[in-house]
Amino acid sequence: MFLTLLVSSLPSIKALGWKFIYGKTWDPVSGEFGALSFLIGTLLTSTLALLISSPFSLTIGLFLGEYYPKGWFSSLLKNAVELLAGIPSVVYGFWGIYFIVPVVRSLEMKVGVAPYGVGILTASLILSIMIIPYSASLIRLVVSMVPESLKEAAYSLGATRFEVIRFIIIPYIRSGLSAGILLALGRALGETMAVTMLIGNTQAIPKSIFDTSDTMASVIANQFTEATGNVYFSALIETGLLLFVVTTIINIIGRNIIKRFES
Amino acid sequence: MMKERLRFRETRNMIFKFFIIVCTLISIIPLVLLIVYIFRQGISVINWHFLTSLPKPVGEAGGGILNALIGSLLIILVATMIAVPFGVSMGMYFSESSPNWVYKIAHLCVDVLQGIPSIVIGIIIYIWLVKPFGQFSAFSGSVALSFMMLPSIIKSTEETLKLVPHSLKEASLSLGVPYYKTMLRVIMPAGISGILNGIILGVARVAGETAPLLFTAFGNPFMSFNIFKPIASLPLIIFNYAISPYEDWHRLAWGASFILVSMVLILNIITKVTETRWKVQF
Repeated sequence: MFLTLLVSSLPSIKALGWKFIYGKTWDPVSGEFGALSFLIGTLLTSTLALLISSPFSLTIGLFLGEYYPKGWFSSLLKNAVELLAGIPSVVYGFWGIYFIVPVVRSLEMKVGVAPYGVGILTASLILSIMIIPYSASLIRLVVSMVPESLKEAAYSLGATRFEVIRFIIIPYIRSGLSAGILLALGRALGETMAVTMLIGNTQAIPKSIFDTSDTMASVIANQFTEATGNVYFSALIETGLLLFVVTTIINIIGRNIIKRFES
Repeated sequence: MMKERLRFRETRNMIFKFFIIVCTLISIIPLVLLIVYIFRQGISVINWHFLTSLPKPVGEAGGGILNALIGSLLIILVATMIAVPFGVSMGMYFSESSPNWVYKIAHLCVDVLQGIPSIVIGIIIYIWLVKPFGQFSAFSGSVALSFMMLPSIIKSTEETLKLVPHSLKEASLSLGVPYYKTMLRVIMPAGISGILNGIILGVARVAGETAPLLFTAFGNPFMSFNIFKPIASLPLIIFNYAISPYEDWHRLAWGASFILVSMVLILNIITKVTETRWKVQF
């Protein structure tokens, strides 16, 4: 698979070289293909989504792993979070158009920027909802794996629950936490449909989080079937190749961390 | 002095607990909103006519999603037929093989496959199957989806078959049953529930996938049963109608979303129920 991608993107690698990474303009008409704006768009949306979702996934993980590991509400919550993971991403995108866009638009009116409604912030919001299940279930797993004896030792010294979490659980699961966040990042980078529907699809370097932009995945989704010309086509494939390599590296690192944590 | 410090720690403890509960509740809100929204918008659209007629052009009232419904079912059916033999046999291999280097590399490949963004799978299948034949086809969409189903089928097969006790296999082999028959007639039936569960989970995972279908199945406004021609599917129709400016089409998209979400939820619930009820117990 990797080879297919590499071979098919050779024309653009030859024609563009490193300019592909740092070139600012993406202009199929004049044959300039610089992916910098998508790289920035992708990075911005994913990081923002991680920032928004991490506190929530951590609290869900602690809620289910430490505070209330059993009980009807917890099993309901666990199932609900899993259902959240099962909903197709087009449906998220569609709901986002109807629900999140107006919210962001009114926010933008208050802040005083052009009220597009779509843009990086909107895409990040929907992404953060979509990645919570992945990191939350992982964090729950590692929280429940903290040895009982460590926690009991701390309690017997008179520690409160907050102090146990702060000084025992969090340091113990630090590597597991980072794995959860990494795997969520891998998800966020590759997510296509919901982002395509909400980011606005403009190929320029965004100046603020309210700007419309484009991510690697959304560019491919929008332009792949319309690509004319050899270089244009293979530039899009090279974008896919880049996405493939980055997500694969992230996934392998994340999985290795979890494996080490489990043993 | 000591008392104050203790009180401070106690309050901090309480505040933190409160914070955790509030944050957890907040994070359920989107799910509730989403489900309620889809159901409210979707139920009003759905009727018999919606399910059994073809989409109409903009401006004409009515119209349904029959072609997308059939297209989706066809694509998923073919994808399952492709993925199951490969997935189950790979799972069997993993459960039987000792962890040598082939096993390790194959395992890594499955892990990587699970992490590949779906749009990249779409590109790869486009290069493999669409470009050489010069035509979008339902079949290429099925191949793309079957790649996405593989990891869940492989993992569940492997894990279930590992649970099947050795004594069962040894008993069969000691009676002189050949190895292949032992695997197919003794080990497979013992773990069939877990394997089926993995297949359903895989179907649930790909049923809503849109990105790989964009450049493979492509979509088709008419009825089609030919798997070597472009075909419509539910996720694609939702995407195309959702980004269109027409109110009528949005209504169709809500109906389609409702059907898609209920399909996925029902599949997920089935796996949940069967997981607890059929769990392999020895």
